[in-house]
Amino acid sequence: MAKAATIPAGSATKAGQHEHHAPPVHLKAAEPPKELERESLVLNNRSLGWITEAIAGVCEKPMPKWWWPAFIVSAGTMGMMFSLIAYLIATGVGVWGLNQPADWAWDITNFVFWIGIGHAGTLISAVLCLLRQKWRTSINRAAEAMTIFAVACAGIFPVVHTGRVWFALFPGYLIPFPNSNGIWPQFRSPLLWDVFAVSTYGTVSLLFWYTGLIPDLATLRDRATHKVRRFFYALFSLGWTGSNRHWSNYEKAYLILAGLSTPLVLSVHSIVSFDFAVSQVPGWHTTIFPPYFVAGAIFSGFGMVLTLLIPLRALFNLQDIITTRHVELMCKVLLATGSIVGYAYGMEFFIAWYGGSPYELYAFKNRAFGPYWWAYWSMISCNVISPHFFWFKKLRTNFVFVWIISIFVNIGMWFERFVIIVTSLHRDYLPSSWGYFTPTWVDVFTFVGSFGLFMTLFLLFIRFLPALAISEVKAVTPQADPHHPLGGAREHHH
Amino acid sequence: MSDPKSLGLLAQFETPADIMHAAMAVRDAGFSKWDVFTPFPIHGMDDAMALPSSKVGFFTFVGGVTGFFSGMGMIWFMNKFDYPLVVGGKPLFTPLFAFPVSYELTILLSAFGTLFGLALLNRLPKLNNPLFSSERFKRATNDKFFVYVETADPKFSAVETRALLATLGASAVEEIHDTEA
Repeated sequence: MAKAATIPAGSATKAGQHEHHAPPVHLKAAEPPKELERESLVLNNRSLGWITEAIAGVCEKPMPKWWWPAFIVSAGTMGMMFSLIAYLIATGVGVWGLNQPADWAWDITNFVFWIGIGHAGTLISAVLCLLRQKWRTSINRAAEAMTIFAVACAGIFPVVHTGRVWFALFPGYLIPFPNSNGIWPQFRSPLLWDVFAVSTYGTVSLLFWYTGLIPDLATLRDRATHKVRRFFYALFSLGWTGSNRHWSNYEKAYLILAGLSTPLVLSVHSIVSFDFAVSQVPGWHTTIFPPYFVAGAIFSGFGMVLTLLIPLRALFNLQDIITTRHVELMCKVLLATGSIVGYAYGMEFFIAWYGGSPYELYAFKNRAFGPYWWAYWSMISCNVISPHFFWFKKLRTNFVFVWIISIFVNIGMWFERFVIIVTSLHRDYLPSSWGYFTPTWVDVFTFVGSFGLFMTLFLLFIRFLPALAISEVKAVTPQADPHHPLGGAREHHH
Repeated sequence: MSDPKSLGLLAQFETPADIMHAAMAVRDAGFSKWDVFTPFPIHGMDDAMALPSSKVGFFTFVGGVTGFFSGMGMIWFMNKFDYPLVVGGKPLFTPLFAFPVSYELTILLSAFGTLFGLALLNRLPKLNNPLFSSERFKRATNDKFFVYVETADPKFSAVETRALLATLGASAVEEIHDTEA
């Protein structure tokens, strides 16, 4: 149908003039002009079987040599994090550097950093699905996995920062359960909204991811040669057959989940920003926070997607599925969201001056030129300058360069949260209580350890699950289109 | 051939266009107990099979409504009814501060409702399926396309149905037996 609509405007008027001479049956849609043609999403006209083999093969064949060393290093780093958490719980939150007046520091910085990373996965899987951006199919699975693992890393910090974690969980500061005096958590606080937002986000992301996995798990089940593998893939694919009666419900459910995840992902970082914006602290109490946080989250998340996928496509020879076009499109998302973030930084300063509150203005001057000037300018150089390289096609297609910039984006977005949190807190209304936050070694290694958890989960993911959505990638190829010659369509069908 | 009970005929097709064409023909022949199996959803197949629109949305709606009102109800109960406690001079309950949590619960239970509806409508999980006994059928999740017509269909005839599937361009037609028997 779309093909018939691509008659160029010029030939349409010509066809109109000759309408009574030539009956519409013979009207053949002209090929679209070369410059409008898009590079196909799967290169080299790969067959459906090739796609199955290429993606399923990754988790069926033995992992390449680097996998075990990578896994051991990641798992060791993760173990370090859990040991440090145990040390914190046994000793107290004093092992971290935070104290009055900066009672939030690396803990909440890390929390917001990781939650933000997750947002790209949901944006790719849900928002791009609703916008019918077919290129999402090559990257959505890995990006959604990244979301779930990032939320897992994020969740650790707010729980642990309460110190006596057993109170945080049960009976709760966080979970609605009355304490020993029968008092419930109070829902006027955005911190409690955040608990619901983040746990809903984690759960729905997991459900969405699993729904997408079901048909691919069935593919792995049908290809499995080992009994144990077949048993587990069969169990988790729930007996999926590819029945069209099932696909019909499945596609509706998938669309609904995308529709639910879209307002969800926008609400999650909005609510995270309420943790700050609803308070009275100068530097936090601003209305720009929700959209600015959401844009920043997507920016950081796409940075992490590029950090993970550029090596992944090369290491597993998936260049025909994750193509240059995919990387380029992601760079453009970085450029767009990075520009929004840059605009927000500027607007914050403008409003601090224009709003006429001396405290607000001081907080911002202190950010840029106070004792944490180095953090502020690191943030600016990573987040405001680096995305603008992507105006140039030559740089967008240079993968080494893109990968390096993606690292800068990750660093910059971590600094953004650090700047917002620590520079706003360390000098409050009472100069006698001003202080300077310095992290302890426990702070540093707990954060480093969270990357261990993230990478361990991601390595296990590529080891056991299809890293790309097999059925979805197939569905966007011409071979899958019953009206395309490659899908078996014959001339006379039209 | 006659010992284990025959359950239906499974016909293999090679391309999406062929399976689409076959589905339309089987639909037009008036069958009711039949299905199409494809490695990915094919656009237009629902019409080709004359399937009604999916009812998953109903379950989403029920989940969403439940989520929203349980959120509001929970907050009202905890902060206004069971243990009223004034914090910062704010009201004990208004739908405004209860909204973010209720909104999240709306989405959470909508998602669970959707998945529950999906499982219920598709009768999944169902780990034993006579079709799994076919070696050929393993490629339904890879690169081949299948039509399956059940013997339970009133229009089914072992000879004529096989002939119909063959004329539609099936590359293979196979009889599926009851594996339990």
